Amino acid sequence: MSRNGPIALCYHALFVTFTLAPIVVVCWVAFTPEGYLSFPTSHWSLRWFQAIAQYPEFISAFWRSIGLGALSSAIAVAISVPAALAIARYRFAGREIFTALFMSPLMIPNVVLGIAFLRFFTEVGLGGTFTGLALAHIVIIFPFALRLTLASAVGLDRTIEHAALSLGASEWTAMKRIVLPLVLPGLVSGWTLAFINSFDEVTMTVFVAAPGTETLPVRMFLYIQDNIDPLVTSVSACVIVVTVLALVALDRVYGLERLLVGRGAADGR
Amino acid sequence: MTPPSLLDISPATRLGRGTRTPYLLSLPALLLFASVVVVPLGMTVALSFHDWGQYKGIVPVFILKNWHEVFSDSYYGEMFWRTFRIALLVTLFSAVFGAPEAYILNRMKSPWRGVFLLVILGPLLISVVARTLGWALLFGGKSGLVNAVLLSLGLISEPLPFMFTETGIVVALTHVLMPYMVLAVWAALQRLDPQVENAAITLGAGPFTVLRRIVLPQAMPGILSGAVIVFALAASAFATPAIIGGRRLKVASTLAYDEFLNTLNWPLGATVAVLLLLALVLIVFGANRWVERRYAQVFG
Repeated sequence: MSRNGPIALCYHALFVTFTLAPIVVVCWVAFTPEGYLSFPTSHWSLRWFQAIAQYPEFISAFWRSIGLGALSSAIAVAISVPAALAIARYRFAGREIFTALFMSPLMIPNVVLGIAFLRFFTEVGLGGTFTGLALAHIVIIFPFALRLTLASAVGLDRTIEHAALSLGASEWTAMKRIVLPLVLPGLVSGWTLAFINSFDEVTMTVFVAAPGTETLPVRMFLYIQDNIDPLVTSVSACVIVVTVLALVALDRVYGLERLLVGRGAADGR
Repeated sequence: MTPPSLLDISPATRLGRGTRTPYLLSLPALLLFASVVVVPLGMTVALSFHDWGQYKGIVPVFILKNWHEVFSDSYYGEMFWRTFRIALLVTLFSAVFGAPEAYILNRMKSPWRGVFLLVILGPLLISVVARTLGWALLFGGKSGLVNAVLLSLGLISEPLPFMFTETGIVVALTHVLMPYMVLAVWAALQRLDPQVENAAITLGAGPFTVLRRIVLPQAMPGILSGAVIVFALAASAFATPAIIGGRRLKVASTLAYDEFLNTLNWPLGATVAVLLLLALVLIVFGANRWVERRYAQVFG
């Protein structure tokens, strides 16, 4: 196997620096002991992390984001399972159109979806409600949930089910005891990927959320628009830590390579 | 005869046209998407033809006023031109810098490759607001770290303005969207057989010739599909242009946001959004068709 030369490795180092710089800087500034933005070198302090406690809107937005992400991912996965079974197991008229429709939130810009949701929810009386927020999130994270449930539905070995059925198991039993356990890792990964996407979503949510139903990224965005101070860096640092933890968990359970590229580890590369 | 079941996978059922099962299975998702995606999008298109006034609000009549305004007022032309100029530059920079990195990643050995793949693709899932905040801190006026580094390297003689400029938006957006390019090129390079490279070297090709004549043609489909994704996401990006560009430097999505939540001229905002969607759909489909036709032989 050919190796990377010194020039390639230098380039790689610069590239990784570029990738990590803004993320590291946010976490670095979060530890400043000063009352303004600065890069702490000799003195470090947790005062801005403690300061978060005095801003209940950040705390409530955080819990709302967690709850919204958990709920909408669970519903999205629940709805995606039958849809994935239909797409994976049947050839029926409209199959391609259904698939394209279910994947469409990836193609339609989130800003356009946000505007459409705002208009729709205002008309039907769901404007600024948590229900509206949840419906909007279920839709935009649905493609991520569907992709992983579909992958596990396609990868399912059907002879095992057949064996269960021929041994006298009812359809429901075969479903519960054979199919579900087999697709469970896919479902858990789909839920996690959907959760991360819901937890980070800002462009669409900024249109749908009202004061009182703001999610954490929306609260951060609106705060940054007014002024940038160390408080928002410490909040961001917490968000980064939550995401990295979820990411590492996902990498352990499913493999990030397989998740993002769709193949990779699975075909023994 | 028993009705076709969920678990019956005999070829006849799978290919059968008569069965209602797949429709019943997709019904929940279908209902959700029909009511929460199709209807709202239709309503948004309709909204773009409604009238609006400061005091009368939204008037549901059919009128071409908003479309006329967007097409005739040069302010909107300039704004759309800026949006697509930024998107083009971001696409170009991601391709130029992302493709070599994907190649380097692909040549790495096992533990390192996984680690750096995580490092480079992981930021994709980290909040855009947090990443853009990082750039705002790095740019930070005239005393920002980026300028300090560039000055000390002697690359520039005086600090460059990054905050509230297109340059700043392009740099930050390139960072935000770069992982998509690396991902697309990396996926394409998976198909590359390293033996072909070795064969070229054995046959006397220099490293540059191998890159140009063996690696680049195989990476090209990945670069092009990555470019389509990056362009579409850059042209509709919201949080990054809003934070780095500030309140003055508008792109399509931030302008639509302003119309919806500040000016409250929803019909005009809807027009900008629908136009952005149409332009993107045309560009993305056109580019995909072109790529498919060009590489029909490769994949065929």
